Order: sequence, then structure tokens, then C-alpha cells
Amino acid sequence: MTATTKISRRKFFIGSAAAGGGLAIGFNIPGVRDALAQKVLGTTGNEVGAWVFIKPNDEVVIRIARSEMGQGTLTGLAQLVAEELDCDWKKVKWEYPTPGQNLARNRVWGDMSTGGSRGIRGSQDYVRKGGAAAREMLIQAAANDWKVPTGECTVDAGVITHTPSKRKTTYGKVATAAAKLEPPKNIVLREPKDWKLAGKPLKRLDTIDKLSGKQVYGIDIKLPGMVVASIRDAPVHGGKIKSFDGAKAKTMPGVTHVLQVGAGAVAVVADTWWRANKALAEVTVVYEDNPNTKVTSASVAQLLKEGLEATENVAAYNKVGDALGAISGAAKKIDAVYTAPYWHHVTMEPMNCTAKWTAEKCEVWVPTQNGDAALAACAEAAGLQPSQCDVYKVHLGGGFGRRGFQDPTTKAVLLAKQIPGVPVKLLWSREEDMKQGRYRPISQCKLQAGLDDKGNLVGLTMRISGQSILASVAPARMENGVDFIAFQGLNPLDGKYVKEGSIGYSIPNLYIDYAMRNTHVTPGFWRGVNNNQNAVYLECFMDEVAKAAGRDPLEFRRALMTKDPRTSKHLAVLNAVANKIGWETSKPPAGQFRGIAQHMGYGSYIAAAAEVSVSDKGKVTVHRLVMGTDSGYVVNPDQVDAQVVGSVAYGLSASFFEEITLKNGAVEQTNLDSYEIMRMADYPKLVETVTVPSGGFWGGVGEPTIAVAAPAVLNAIFAATGKPVRSLPLKNMKLRA
Amino acid sequence: MAKLNVNGKSLDVKVEDDTPLLWVLREQIGLTGTKYGCGVAQCGACSVHINGEVQRSCSVPVSSLKATDKITTIEALSPTGQHPIQKAWLALEVAQCGYCQSGQIMAAAALLKKTPNPTDAQIDEAMTNICRCGTYQRIRAGIKMAAAEMAGGTKAKVKA
Repeated sequence: MTATTKISRRKFFIGSAAAGGGLAIGFNIPGVRDALAQKVLGTTGNEVGAWVFIKPNDEVVIRIARSEMGQGTLTGLAQLVAEELDCDWKKVKWEYPTPGQNLARNRVWGDMSTGGSRGIRGSQDYVRKGGAAAREMLIQAAANDWKVPTGECTVDAGVITHTPSKRKTTYGKVATAAAKLEPPKNIVLREPKDWKLAGKPLKRLDTIDKLSGKQVYGIDIKLPGMVVASIRDAPVHGGKIKSFDGAKAKTMPGVTHVLQVGAGAVAVVADTWWRANKALAEVTVVYEDNPNTKVTSASVAQLLKEGLEATENVAAYNKVGDALGAISGAAKKIDAVYTAPYWHHVTMEPMNCTAKWTAEKCEVWVPTQNGDAALAACAEAAGLQPSQCDVYKVHLGGGFGRRGFQDPTTKAVLLAKQIPGVPVKLLWSREEDMKQGRYRPISQCKLQAGLDDKGNLVGLTMRISGQSILASVAPARMENGVDFIAFQGLNPLDGKYVKEGSIGYSIPNLYIDYAMRNTHVTPGFWRGVNNNQNAVYLECFMDEVAKAAGRDPLEFRRALMTKDPRTSKHLAVLNAVANKIGWETSKPPAGQFRGIAQHMGYGSYIAAAAEVSVSDKGKVTVHRLVMGTDSGYVVNPDQVDAQVVGSVAYGLSASFFEEITLKNGAVEQTNLDSYEIMRMADYPKLVETVTVPSGGFWGGVGEPTIAVAAPAVLNAIFAATGKPVRSLPLKNMKLRA
Repeated sequence: MAKLNVNGKSLDVKVEDDTPLLWVLREQIGLTGTKYGCGVAQCGACSVHINGEVQRSCSVPVSSLKATDKITTIEALSPTGQHPIQKAWLALEVAQCGYCQSGQIMAAAALLKKTPNPTDAQIDEAMTNICRCGTYQRIRAGIKMAAAEMAGGTKAKVKA
């Protein structure tokens, strides 16, 4: 009844103007279909600094440079600008500046890339300053008008008051004058403890249209005269077309073109996508000989296995003391090999991009995590200067790292270039999306530990063997030939990346190294990236070692976290989840077992505790999962909860079910009937979040906590069955005899 | 050529017989709220109501539909967007990227029509749509909130 009363009181008006979904004032998207065009906010108003546009009716349009893909960054960034601007939140709208505009204005909106959980933490400083600068300019304009000192003026929710005379004006009234002023040089930001809008669980700015089917995603773009295409690239990545036969496809209804795209792909263009995709099935392709057609999952596993034992082509990374010596002299030795497969992103919206090319100009409409990179890809494929191109960012139907890659834009432009002047919407089938992914890299890990006669950990080694992302996508970012990203969450406590993700233990003798073993399979950043498997490797092995020592997993960890102040924040969040689940104060419900894990990623400290049962038939039920995060500051606690709770599904789905395998050099999985994904029935019965922002630093939120969901659950399974889970996905393991 | 009844309107569409309802809705009729996710009835992003039953429109060929079959899409679930499920989704901020939510909302609305006060097990059984953002926990809470509102609304009417 309470819920009912609440609802009726709130008076929902879905579809009303309660929340804005804006697009580009002044940079109207030409020709976009009506539903999109209606949302263009108009051009009347004034820009007060790059981040804020104020309309005469006091509406405030906040510019958002990062991409919204569900993670709530859009709302969080708007909150940070609005906080400093001190405007009326009810009058806040938003818009994306285009990457072309950003380029033309000397990158005034900074970095548009949206990944690595950097959306908030990587731009909080300058967007807050943008809001504060606009506020000062608006107050100055009012003070100038009244001929009074600014010190006599105050502002609250967009209303400026001259305190002595009680005169009032609004942002909308003074914006024209404010726009002509120089931005202030010295800006003092508000202390987070004084925040009024930031730090609060405000409603998202982009919800309403998602509930009525009105939200426009890339797949929904419609332009006048547009044609639609489906594409098929070489199933063996890097494969090149020798010849293709599109004769039959060309005779099929609606089909206008059958075209090669790049070295390996062929696309069918038609009046509808259904027709294009159906005709594409009739195109036969002969590929050039390619040695990679011999690669299989077994051959890749063998390559990685060799890397576990190799003495050459191995990079040492995190070294403390003499781990090998300590282990060889230990009273008890424990060793294990863990493995994790390729995972696919499976954004719910398959890859797509709409492009229009002429000899003078190229434009794309694309759901991308990186507008700047999409512009660069567009220009390169178009054979034009970036200044002749632009990118119109569209809402993403999921990103998770996949849409940081610009291959859909490249392909759409290469295709559109062959049909000058005609907008082409290129949509990949799910099958194509499955086979042309940017897979979370496969890896294996060999761990060894030594215990003294009192059960203390005296030495630990980790050898990671696996594929590098940087070697494939950004070799220039490697450091002395080493992909440092391979060590996410395992960084030394005194190293360069200590603030990004340090190991949370002070282990007296430690040795972590990496045997980079690459394949032709295209790897990519996948939500949490290498933290996912690194946390499983270290945290599940910790439980194996604790068991060998005859010690409680929590107590065993704490003993390694109390000696060095640099592990105190790791310990604090571990304690927070242990307390919440009642690790030391209560027993789990009958038939359930507990597991715990901690890690650090993307600048945030994270931990999880799980209560799990395993049936006689080996069916796993996660009854309760407590997820702890210390991200330093929190801009929107409700969205932090949403991110953490949501990441559990992505992380556990992968660890339980997901696996990309290779046969004849190609991905075997074809669609969601051969790539299982977690649905509601397998999702934990209860996920609770413990958010413990300790202040003083800005950590990420979208990705970090995903890394601890799996190891906490796997450790609970270990507790239930006595058998460690060392190989993912879990579905391949028989948990009960 | 097929005759369809979509959102209360009778429409003639010129497509091949094997064209799935999903693509007729999206490309012929212009109703893009119904989403393509997999094309093989696995993900549920394309869920619509046909005669009140939730169906995955990617796997319903247009030739299997009669002119009298009543097809309802997300755009017409409620003319004002105030179906109890939509209201609960807004109150609880269920959506993240939102791409699957048209389908989730259609599946949830169909569930409550048949089972006004579903148990967790009934929710698990009915809600098999995939959400990669992982909004399952809020979807479950949203269904319960909507069920409570609908129950309250019925009682209020009885009292009046």
C-alpha cells in the first residue's frame, strides 16, 4: 500500500518535458527523422563558457563530452557542472557537442573517450571549473548591471540576489551580458562536504524516453534517402578476400549493391535491412590462404601453457624480496594453474554506424564510446581532413569497452564512399557482431605459494600467460615492450600505477611476471578488462593457500593487510563487506557457504562477500552478495548502486557461462543460442551495495567492482564443495561427483 | 502483401512472407521502439504483445499473422506512458542503457496481466529477457512495485 501511495503522489508524467534529452543547439543534425529533430533545443540563448548554455527562459543546457552508454555519466557530469553553477536542477537539459566542434574549438571540451571508468574522475575537475566560471560570469554580469560589487551578490538555484537592496535577477536575464565577459582566472571549487546537487541520488536525465520506445539509438537513425546494409567480414580475423560472387544477391528484392568493404568484408545494400541481410547470406566469398585457419582453442591453450613455463619472452613486473627462494625453503608449498577464456561484449544493440560521404564532406551517426577516435576513423576512411568530417554521437545500446573501437565507423565510411551522397546505415547482424568482436583476452596463470610452519605466507609467485590488448590496439602505449595493463590490480605498492590498482597485500616475497602470447584474434577492453581474471587468479588462490594454512580466509587476508599503511584502504573496504555479511558475527543460512574477495581497480578499492549454495546436482545459487566500493567521492549514490549491482550480472554471467572458442581460426559461437548469458533466474537473489567513500581521491565506478563478484562467489563454491574453481567458465566444471 | 492490426490501426504492408514482424514494425511502419538484439528469439529485446500474449517479434513471420490479430508495441502500451510498469521503472530508475527495456517492459506488463501478484519464481520464469547492463534486481523490484500499485488501484475502485 505504501508503494501505491508513493506512486500516486509522485504524479508521473512520462513523455512530458520533465527531463530533457537534448541534442546540439546550434549544431543541428541535418535531416534526422522527426522524433530526433523535435528534441533539438533551439538556438536562442547564450554560451557562458564552453560547458554551459543558458536560454532566456532560464533553462540551462549542460554540454557533455563523454558518451552515455547506460553508466549514468551524463547525469553525474551534469550534476558536477550544476553544482558549481548553482542553477535550478529542474531546468537542466543536456547536449553532446560534436567531435568536429571540439576539434574546431581547440578541444575545449577535452577528452571525449569514455572508458577505463574515467568519465567522472577524468573530467570532474575541469567540468566543475566550467560550472564555477559560468557562475562567476553570471554574477559579474548582474553586478555590472546593478553597478554594485559582486561581493554583495549571492546566487541560489539560478537566481542572483543583491543582498543590500534585495534586487533579484535570473541567469536567463543576464546570460547575454555574461557571455561577453572574460572567464575568471582563479576558481575555487566547493568542498564535496558542501555539495547540494552533486553527491545526491538525483534522477537520471535520460530515463523517460527509454520507457516508451522513444529513445533513439544508432540502430534507429533514419535519414532522407537512406539505404541500409548488412556486412560480413572474414571469419578468420585479418582474412583477405580473393574473390566474391554477389550475382544471386543482386537479383533479390530491394538489393541495390553488393560491395567489398576493406580487405576482408563484403556488404549488401538494400532498401531494408532485413532484405540486405537475407541477400548477404547468398554472397559467396573465397578468401586468400591464411595460416591462422589452423588455430583452434586447443592450439591457443597450448601456446599459453608454454608461456606458463617459459624462461624467454617473459617480463618481470612486481618484485619484492626473493619469492622463489622463500617458497623453496617453505614448510608447505601450494601451486595451481588457473585459466580464463575469451569473452564477448554482447552489447544488446549490435554494432552499427550510419555514414554519408561526398568528395567534400563526410558525416557519421554512431553510438561510440570515443567521439574523437570516431572522427579520426571517419576522416581516415573517407580520405578527407578531420575538419571536413563530423561525428554525431547517438545513445549507445551498451558499450562495455566494445564501442571504444571504431571498426563500425571505418566500415560504414568505406561503404558509403562507394555510394557518394547517399546516407548508408550499416547494421551488423548479431552473428556478425559475435564473430567480429574485440574479445577480452584469453589467459592462464600459474601461482605458487609457500607457508612457514605457523601457516604464514612467506612467498608468492604469479606467472600470467596470455594475450595483450595493447600489443594489438596501441603498441605505442606499451612500456619497454610490456603491456602494463596485463597487471591490473597487481601493481606494486611503490610503483607508478599504485593509485590505479595496487595489490592489497604486503607479501614479504613476491614475484609477478607476464609471458605475452598473442594470437590473431582481435582482443579488446571488456568491462573491468584484466582485473576480472587477475582478481580471480589471486583471490581464489588466496583461499586455497588459507585453507592449506588451516586459516579463515578473512583472517588470513587481514594478516597481510595490516603491516603496511598503503594497504589500509584495501583493508577498510574488505572489513566493510565482512561486517555487512556478518562474517564474524553470524553463520550463513543452513546449506549456504561464504566467500570473500578484495581487489583494487580504476582507482577504487573494492571487496565482495557472497553466500552461495551448491545443490547435490551441482547447481549454484547465489543467495546474497555484498559489494563494497570506496571510490573516494560519490557524485550520484543511486547510480553507483546501479553500476555495482549491474556489473554483478556482467561479471557473473561471464564467469558462469560465457566462453568464445575457436575452430579453423574462427570464432565458433554464432549467436546467443551458442553464447549463454545470465538471465534473471540465475542472477543473485539479493545484491547489496556498501559504498564507503573515504575522500581525498577520485576513483572510477563503472568497472572496478565487477572484478570481485566472481572471486567472492567462486570462493564460496570452494567452501561448499572443497574443490577450487580454477577454470572459467564454471559451466565446464562438474561441481558434484 | 499483408494486413496487420498494429496499435489499434489497420495497416497494409508490402513485404515478403518470411519477413519477421520485428522488421515490419521497424522498417515498414516506423515503430523503432521494438529492438533487434539477436533475431533468434533469445534476448527478448523485440518483445511485443500479440492478442495480449508476449511474443518475440523477430521470430514471428508476417505470414503467420491474421488481420484480426491485435499487435501492441511499446509505443502503445499506454497512450500516456503511465502503465504501472512504466511508472515503477521511472520511480526505481531501472533503465541503464535502456536498449532492452522496451522488451523487458512488454514482458513484465504481460506477466502482470496474467499473474497480478507474481512470486519470485514466477518472475524468474516469465522474465527471460537479457539485460547486459544487469538491471535484473531493479526489474524485479519494479514488477513488485507495479503489482502493488495495480492491486491498490483495484481495491480503490471496489471501495468507490
